[in-house]
Amino acid sequence: MSEHVARPPLQRLPDEGMIAGVCTGIARHLGVRAAYVQAAMMLLTAFGGVGIAIYALGWALLPASTAATAPARPSLWRVRDLRGSAVSREVAGIALLTVAGLLTLRQLGLWLGDELVWPLTLGSVGVALIVRQADAAAAWTPAELRHPLRGLRDRMRGDRGADGRRTVLGVLLVGLATYMLLRSTGTAQAVGNAIGGIVVLAAATALVFGPWLGRMARSLANERTERIRSQERAEVAAHLHDSVLQTLALIQKRAEDPREVASLARRQERELRSWLNDRPRKPVGESLAAALEETASEVERLHGVPVEVVTVGDCPLDERTAALVGAAREALANAAKFAGSEKVDLYAEVGERTVELFVRDRGVGFDPSAVPADRRGVRESIVGRMERHGGRAVVHTAPGAGTEVELSVERAQAPEASVRAREEAS
Amino acid sequence: MTRVLVVDDHALFRAGVRAELGERVEVVGESAGVEEAVAAIARLAPDVVLLDVHMPDGGGVEVIRRAAPQAPATRFLALSVSDAPADVIAVIRAGARGYVTKTIAADELVEAVERVADGDAVFSPRLAGFVLDAFAAGGRGSGADGVAAGASGGGSPAAGAAGAAPQDAGDDGLDQLTQREREVLRHIARGYLYKEVALRLGISVKTVEAHVSAVLRKLQLSNRHELSRWAVQRRLLDGDE
Repeated sequence: MSEHVARPPLQRLPDEGMIAGVCTGIARHLGVRAAYVQAAMMLLTAFGGVGIAIYALGWALLPASTAATAPARPSLWRVRDLRGSAVSREVAGIALLTVAGLLTLRQLGLWLGDELVWPLTLGSVGVALIVRQADAAAAWTPAELRHPLRGLRDRMRGDRGADGRRTVLGVLLVGLATYMLLRSTGTAQAVGNAIGGIVVLAAATALVFGPWLGRMARSLANERTERIRSQERAEVAAHLHDSVLQTLALIQKRAEDPREVASLARRQERELRSWLNDRPRKPVGESLAAALEETASEVERLHGVPVEVVTVGDCPLDERTAALVGAAREALANAAKFAGSEKVDLYAEVGERTVELFVRDRGVGFDPSAVPADRRGVRESIVGRMERHGGRAVVHTAPGAGTEVELSVERAQAPEASVRAREEAS
Repeated sequence: MTRVLVVDDHALFRAGVRAELGERVEVVGESAGVEEAVAAIARLAPDVVLLDVHMPDGGGVEVIRRAAPQAPATRFLALSVSDAPADVIAVIRAGARGYVTKTIAADELVEAVERVADGDAVFSPRLAGFVLDAFAAGGRGSGADGVAAGASGGGSPAAGAAGAAPQDAGDDGLDQLTQREREVLRHIARGYLYKEVALRLGISVKTVEAHVSAVLRKLQLSNRHELSRWAVQRRLLDGDE
């Protein structure tokens, strides 16, 4: 009973088998060695190709095992090992099965004649190779167009070489098939003459028009490069126009207000810098660091005091960290409004369990015990808000010694899980 | 008085720095490019080179690479608007003694120059943030292990201390910040000046400087994955130009 339960399902094991893993899969299901099943399959093949039919059916019908299998057992001879990737192994398997099937048909007398079937088979393989290639091949780059021969050579080599070689093989196969067909119909001689004529004609044409065509190809390539370049330029120009030029215009208008000018310049600097650094800014909703940057620049804009933001680590925004950002905004605004400090520092560190955040100014400071009851900023918006979300807020200050607001909040227990939940929700 | 060379490819900015430094340090020269800077350092042997990170022909990294061997007494302080961690870490690893941003106040700049001239390291809040990030990424787990190991060895304090000391001195020490160094860096990142950090942690300014210098050394010598990745990235970019 227990053995029955433990028996693996009937499925193909393409990573372990020699061709498509049918025999290995059956063997695994039956609990015998793969070699027995393989031998049985070969034996069946000898009886009019039944084995091949079974194998083909198995390949078509059995689901391939998707489970990550253990590293394949060392095997002395597997088609994959002989010829590289799993894909080429499958191709080899298909080819062998096809040939075997054709031979069986030939044996059974369902046959149109050697001179027709073989060339057609070769030709279709060749066409398949070329067509498969045509989708996969990327368009030629301008550099390749400029030096077609070098491009061709590169395409035959290296990583992309496999594609190029496959195309050449396909062309050769189709050529061979054509030749065989022509030969069998006895028209090879005539076609040979015709081809000779065409070659001579083509050579003459190439001599006459070659240089001109080459120039045209080159100028096409140049034009393409130029177009890409001008697109980039247009993009940069558009960005500068929307951002830097606008800010410069604003600065000229507000020249009499140095505070405003400084804050405009700083905002622009922040924006341009993030653009130059090419950090694809995460949406504010997903990143605490981005949210803090956003908050800081908002406070700068409202109160004209520069805020220096330093963050270590990052985490997604949830209810608690959003409350943290809210409290930080309040602390920044207080520092900017009341402290009279030249700048405000904001530092946030995302730890494994907690997020800590410090807002510091070198301003006038205040006496915490003497805060009037109507100033709700600190008590309600900072301390209260943090406590409602299980966090903590401490204000260190004294008259003349500047102020530092220290905020901390626990992170959601499993950061990964909360990210996943958010993704599912949205 | 500290003798300073200002290297930046923008004339306007060189003039600005010269005006800010004013009478408090002696600006012995200005250079507008890598070649010029290398020649000027060899000729003038300044105490401190204020070095722009981004310049044509390789920038600050190239200047340090070529000029430092001939002028062992000269110290380099990177001064930049660049915010990309890769650039900043690369110039520090090339040998700069610190990094400050161009928005720094005049007084702080003078102080930074003098500190570097004394052989100490200068970390701006931003650099401190980068460094904490670099040494934290992927290292939090191992840091926690270290704490756990220390706690389990707490039964025999002598053995625990003996075990910890060689580890700090060894190669492993280069890839991790000590608790105290981390604490100092966090205060700098929070915007505290050295003397304020010293006051808060109850140590002397000299000790703070020593901690920061130790961090700088680790930054330059460590093979931590993050740091090397940044360095490699930067070098690859240079190769493309």
